[in-house]
Order: sequence, then structure tokens, then C-alpha cells
Amino acid sequence: MERNFEKVEEILQKHGYKKENLIRILLDVQKQYRYLPEDVINYIGVALQIPPAKIFGVGTFYAQFSLKPKGKYTILLCDGTACHMEGSTALLKAIEEELNIKPGEVTKDLMFSVDQVGCLGACALAPAMVINEEVYGNLTPEKVKQIIKKIEEGEKDAQ
Amino acid sequence: MLSSVRQAIEFIEKQKEKRNEKLRDLSIYVCVGTGCTAKGAMKIYNEFQRILEKEGLIDSVKLSKLEEHESPLKRTGCCGRCSNGPLVNILPHGYFYAHVTVDDVSKIVEKTIKRGEPVEELLLFDPTTNQRVKTLEETTLYENQNFYIMEDIGKCECDNIEDYMARGGYSSLIKVLSQMKPEEIVEMVKASGLRGRGGGGFPTGLKWEAAKNSKAEKKFVVCNGDEGDPGAFMNRTLLERDPHLVLEGMIIAGYTIGAQKAYAYIRAEYPIAIHMFQKAIDDAKRLGLLGENILGTGFSFDVEIKEGAGAFVCGEETALLASIEGKRGMPRPRPPFPAQSGLWGYPTLINNVETYANIPRIIRDGVEKYRKLGVTNSPGTKMFSVTGPLKVTGIIEVQFGTTLRKIIYDICGGLVNGEEFKAVQIGGPSGACLSKEFLDMPLDYDTLRSADAMVGSGGIVVITKRTCMVEVARFFLDFTKRESCGKCIPCREGTMQAYTILEKFTKGKATKQDLENLEFLAKLIKTTSLCGLGKTAPNPIISTLKLFRDEYIAHLNGVCPSGTCTAFKKYTINEQICKGCGLCARSCPQGAITGERGKPYKIDQEKCLKCGLCVEKCKFKAIEIL
Ligand SMILES: Cc1cc2nc3c(=O)[nH]c(=O)nc-3n(C[C@H](O)[C@H](O)[C@H](O)COP(=O)(O)O)c2cc1C
Ligand code: SF4
Ligand code: SF4
Ligand code: SF4
Ligand code: FES
Ligand code: FES
Repeated sequence: MERNFEKVEEILQKHGYKKENLIRILLDVQKQYRYLPEDVINYIGVALQIPPAKIFGVGTFYAQFSLKPKGKYTILLCDGTACHMEGSTALLKAIEEELNIKPGEVTKDLMFSVDQVGCLGACALAPAMVINEEVYGNLTPEKVKQIIKKIEEGEKDAQ
Repeated sequence: MLSSVRQAIEFIEKQKEKRNEKLRDLSIYVCVGTGCTAKGAMKIYNEFQRILEKEGLIDSVKLSKLEEHESPLKRTGCCGRCSNGPLVNILPHGYFYAHVTVDDVSKIVEKTIKRGEPVEELLLFDPTTNQRVKTLEETTLYENQNFYIMEDIGKCECDNIEDYMARGGYSSLIKVLSQMKPEEIVEMVKASGLRGRGGGGFPTGLKWEAAKNSKAEKKFVVCNGDEGDPGAFMNRTLLERDPHLVLEGMIIAGYTIGAQKAYAYIRAEYPIAIHMFQKAIDDAKRLGLLGENILGTGFSFDVEIKEGAGAFVCGEETALLASIEGKRGMPRPRPPFPAQSGLWGYPTLINNVETYANIPRIIRDGVEKYRKLGVTNSPGTKMFSVTGPLKVTGIIEVQFGTTLRKIIYDICGGLVNGEEFKAVQIGGPSGACLSKEFLDMPLDYDTLRSADAMVGSGGIVVITKRTCMVEVARFFLDFTKRESCGKCIPCREGTMQAYTILEKFTKGKATKQDLENLEFLAKLIKTTSLCGLGKTAPNPIISTLKLFRDEYIAHLNGVCPSGTCTAFKKYTINEQICKGCGLCARSCPQGAITGERGKPYKIDQEKCLKCGLCVEKCKFKAIEIL
């Protein structure tokens, strides 16, 4: 894939080309591409004079980063203590049924991806999930299916 | 821009007058904390905006004597009762509305805003008295708490620096900069007895003293807002509802130890908290309370946010520092402690969000008032996030020494109907499970430690008969094994082994030898790991083995007493109900169900995978789980 690095340059500039800002740079790259593309990592490595292997090291250490493309809608399903005890496992099953993907995977059309996370800090509404920064709480498998269906319909209408 | 201490004091006085007037007048506070927002608080806010504008109420001088164009509609931070959200508080009456829907807004405008009457059916329900109450202060829930750092609940504007100053904010910073020497501040923090709220409970004053006494050309202040504990969200709440309180504490810390720069490490999973805190930094800079030559005193200080990227171990202080430097967040042995050698080798003071939030209050109110709250060795208050099948869940603030019973029954209204209390899990993955014998134990650092538990960051999860304690232990080990950074063998391999054994239990394959191995392993991991993650990882095992040993034994004998562990479930067809339609047999992926149409079907236990598909398929609810 041909990629121009204007966007990456912009991100690097925003963070002053500083090594110590690597995590933030990667977070911004991730926001831009929904994952950390290999060529972008190499590009950053050259720009900041960090060996790309080190950047991969950071990229694989933190849960936020992905070296594989994510969906347009990233579902973060909470499996923290409160959510687990209030039935997050059943929610995962509902997502699997609806989208045919497991945690860490993305749908073929790159529309949805799902990840299980530690805690979203919305425990009072357990079980909870976040789709692109929007928090959904007090979920049931039915509600999860409805939410996904609604997004799918919205996407169809937009086309 | 306030360029002198005198100007700042005058500015605060002016804001106070303004606020007093505001509180006498009409204002509508909509809670926009994470909990309420997830339940649609912004829709409520927008609907208020729409109706007030349509009715010409927003600019009406008759209704509000406020400055022209100042809207009576305000956003407030988490009120701690997230399960009752969205919440709306209307002043001056103080009518506190719960579960507000978009359709309710016009009713509130008609009755309360225009006529000053309450909308009865929306008033907060107090589960301890089974009555509706008019104001938040009237609830027993309120009475049993001690709002100290969460004061002004339901009537503070989280993203408004003027409002914060009107509530007494930044007066401590002004006092410190103009009247106190760093030594005096350290003495005051020491005398207050404040202990770190990040989990360990280390005396904050001693930490500040060490950082202050370290000699170096550069020093740093760090705020630990990682809060990776599953089940805990008080740091998030605090950053969202009163970011300036935390910021003020950090600036005071910077002045005290002689630092020029601070980092606030906040996890990326908390976008609203990051947004709020960034706004707080920008506003403080705009007013001259942060940045170059603060209030003309010659003290310069800068605060920057660093986003965490989702690794529990990054909450550990040395790992967090590595992460700020842009590296993998791996802990390193201490000493040297960060106060001697932290960021890039310079002395660094690192405290928790809630710890910093206590500082401005201690300086403003004095040590004596502070020590009136709590118990001798743990003064002050603690925020807890309480979750589980309770009537009220959310954030609470109580003084140290409060009992679990008070929290669960008097503040949170007890368990929802039919649920039976079994245990609480307190302190996250490093914490413990406490049985009902501990309900009357006072919660403070030392008492909890004597019970092999921890305050941790303050997550309390209530567990009922429905939940299997072995499964709880398995769940936490799954978490710590995944989050172990892998640097040392006892933690990396030990948690993996412990997990495997616990999984054998929940799958019904454990032996007596496994029980012994588990105990041995737990002790080994605890004593030989490098950082706090490994040292505390076995706590959930140790506490459940001690208090709920019978459940482990039951699993050895082929029974899961709570009926949670799927492996022990038995799917059977009730012959009385079964109509013999055969639907279940067709859906069973294992071919475990056989029978003849029209007659009761049967499940072959040997073949059954316990997937539960057949239960969903049977229209007559004939399949039972034992
Ligand atoms: C695995 C691990 C995770 C931790 N997570 C946090 C955290 O999320 N927030 C926090 O303030 N402290 C956390 N701590 C404790 C910190 O290392 C440190 O003691 C604390 O931030 C010091 O602040 P305090 O003195 O104000 O409590 C954690 C410790 C360990 C070992
Ligand atoms: S105890 Fe665990 S988390 Fe801590 S340094 Fe060792 S391996 Fe890493
Ligand atoms: S689906 Fe229900 S009613 Fe039909 S055969 Fe199976 S158990 Fe009997
Ligand atoms: S639980 Fe699953 S495997 Fe067992 S009988 Fe029902 S459908 Fe078949
Ligand atoms: S445990 Fe799920 S949001 Fe905290
Ligand atoms: S978010 Fe509104 S009460 Fe917690």
C-alpha cells in the first residue's frame, strides 16, 4: 500500500519530535489509522532515531496498541471485576453471535473489532462496554445486539 | 490574568459573592459524569437548553439575577449515585431528581422552574427508608457519608475555574506562595497524618520531606492517575468532577519540593478525565495560577498530561516513570526511591490523584479539623467505588474507620431483592475477599492489613451467593498473569501455574495435591516477586483459601456450591414438561440429546458439553440446569 507520511509528520511535529513523547505519538497514529502500520513505525523510528524494534516493543506492551487493523467501530468490552460478576461473558457471546468475531479480531469488512479490557471506570453501570468513546452500561445480551444492529443500519443508510 | 497575590485574593472574593448570588437564584445542575452520560445525561442537558431558550427563560432577568447571558443551566460532576442517573439538581430548592428522561424535562421546567414545586415522581428514592426525599441532604445515604474532598456534591461546576475559586479553590495555593515556607508545608502534611491513597498508605509527609531534601538542579512532580484496578473508578470521578482540586495539590507539591515540572499520568481509557484535566491546566494558566512566575511570586511550574496506554503494571511507580520516559513500563528494584532518583534520574515526587486532592483542604482547614475525621493512624476520608447487586452503586466518601456494614446497608441501601450477601472483594487484584464476619471491622489501613486485606485504591465489589469464590480467585489470577510484565520468574511463571491450578478447580479436575500446591505457590510468589504486582498477586488466593476453603473442598468433591462453574452443571430434561418436539435434539452440537417424537427426550451427560444451546431452543422451558 502506498502511504504518504504527511499525517505522521504532522503528529511528530505536534509532539516536538521528542523521544519521550513516543507513547503519545503512537496513540495519535493509532487514532489516525486505527492501528500501528509497520511502515509508519519504521518512519517514526528514523525520525526519532529509535530502533524500530524498540517501538514494536512499546507497541506490544500496552493494551491500547494494535499492530493489526481495527474496525471502524472498536468495541471495548469490559471484563473488570464488577462487569465480570454481572455477566460480561454472556455479552461476549452475544457479540460473537452477532459479528462472528472473537476478542482481538476484526470483521471482514473492517467495520467492527472487539477487545476485552480490564476496566473502563464505569463499574457502577456494570456490565459496560465502550464503542468509539461512547459508554454503554447496564447491558444485557439483547441490548448489545440491538446496539450493534443500530450501528449497522446507520452505516447502511449513510451509504 | 492575575499577576499578584493581592489581585488573586480580590478575584476570589468577587467570585464568592457571585456564587452566593447564583446559589440563591435558580440554577439547574445536570450531572455529566461518566455514569450519567452513559445513561443519556447530555440529551437531558440539551433538552433543557432547548426548552429554556424556546420559553425565553435563559436570558430572562426576572428569573435569574445573574449576569447577562449567564445561563442557569450548569454541568456538574459525578454525584456518586451513578446507578440512579441521569441526575438533575435544582437550586435553590435543592430538588434532586433521579432517572430523568428527556420527556421529564418539560415537566421539570413547568413545575419546578416556573412554579418552584417539586415533581414528586422524579425525586430521589431513599432505599434505606423506602421514601422519596426532596433533597440529597435529606437522604440517610448522605447523612452516613463524610463529604470532604467531594464537598459541594451536585452543585459544583467541574469545568469552571471561577466556580472552583468561589468554593475556596486556589486559596491554599495563594496562602502557601505568600505565607508559607516549604518546610512549614512539609511539617503540616506530616502533622495531618495523611497517607497515600494509591494503595500502600505510605505517609505522604515523609515522602514530601524526602523529595524536598534531595538536592538536584531539576525535580519533578508526578500524579498517578493510572487506576488500572478493575472495579475502581474514584480517581476518574475525582479528575472529572473537580480537576482543579487535584491540580492545586500538585502545584503546592511542586512549590514544596522545588520542582519545575509535573506530569499527570492518566490512562487513555479515561477520555473525559483527560479532557477535563487539560481544560483545568489551560484555565489555570490563563489566570496566571500556573506557568511562569505564578502570581508574581517568582515560582514557575508547568503541568503536562501523559496518557497511559493500558497496562496495569504502569500504576506501579517505577514502571510509571519508565512509561513517562516513553519506554515499556517495567518496574525496577527500589532503592533508589523515586524521591531520590526518578524521572531521567532526577528526584521525583509521585502521589495518587486522591492524595493530591487532600492537600488544598488540609492547608485551607488546618490539621486539627482534618484529624477529626477518621481514626488516629488513618485520618481523613476515603473515596470508595461500590459496585455489585446493591440498591445504590457509585462513588462514596466516608471517614476511615467506617464499617463495611454501614457502607453496604446504610449508604448503598443493601442488596437488591432476593440477593444474599456472601463477601466483598476489596482493594482490586492486590486485595482480598472478606466474608460476612468482617462486616463490622473498621476500614482503615492498619486494620485491613491485619486481616490480610488492603484498602488498595478503594474498589469494593459485593459478591453474592450466585458467585463462586474459586472462580473469583481464578478471575483475578487470569488478570495478574496477563498483566505481569514478565521481568521476574516467580511472578511470570508462578501466576501462570496458579492460574492453571485454579482452572483445574473450576473445571472439576483438581485433586487434593493441587490444593497443597496452590498454597505453596501463593506463598512463594508473595515472598519472591520484585514489585508490588507479584507480591500481592496471591492475595485473592490466600484470602479465599482462608475464608472460603469449604468451596475449594466442595469443588474437589465434584460440586460447585454457587452453581457458577459450568463444568459442574448438569442439563436435564424434565419429563413432566417435555412435549417431545425434538427441537433441542436438532440444535445440540454434540448430538447429546436423543428421543422419540412425542415422548420425553433425554440428555446423555457423557456427551453434553454444557453449552446451554438447548435451553434457549426449548419453547416449553423443559430443560433444567442443576
Ligand atoms: C501493580 C501496581 C499497580 C498500582 N496501581 C496504582 C494506581 O493505579 N494508582 C496509584 O495511585 N497507585 C498505584 N500503585 C501504587 C503506586 O506504586 C504508588 O505507591 C502510589 O502511586 C504512590 O502514591 P501515594 O503515596 O499517594 O499512594 C500501584 C502499585 C502496584 C504495585
Ligand atoms: S513482580 Fe511481576 S510485574 Fe512486578 S516486576 Fe516482577 S514480573 Fe514484573
Ligand atoms: S425442545 Fe423442549 S419440549 Fe422439545 S423435545 Fe426438547 S426438551 Fe422436550
Ligand atoms: S447443553 Fe449443549 S451439549 Fe449439552 S445437551 Fe444442551 S445443546 Fe447439547
Ligand atoms: S469493572 Fe467494568 S467498568 Fe469497571
Ligand atoms: S456520573 Fe452522575 S452520579 Fe455518577
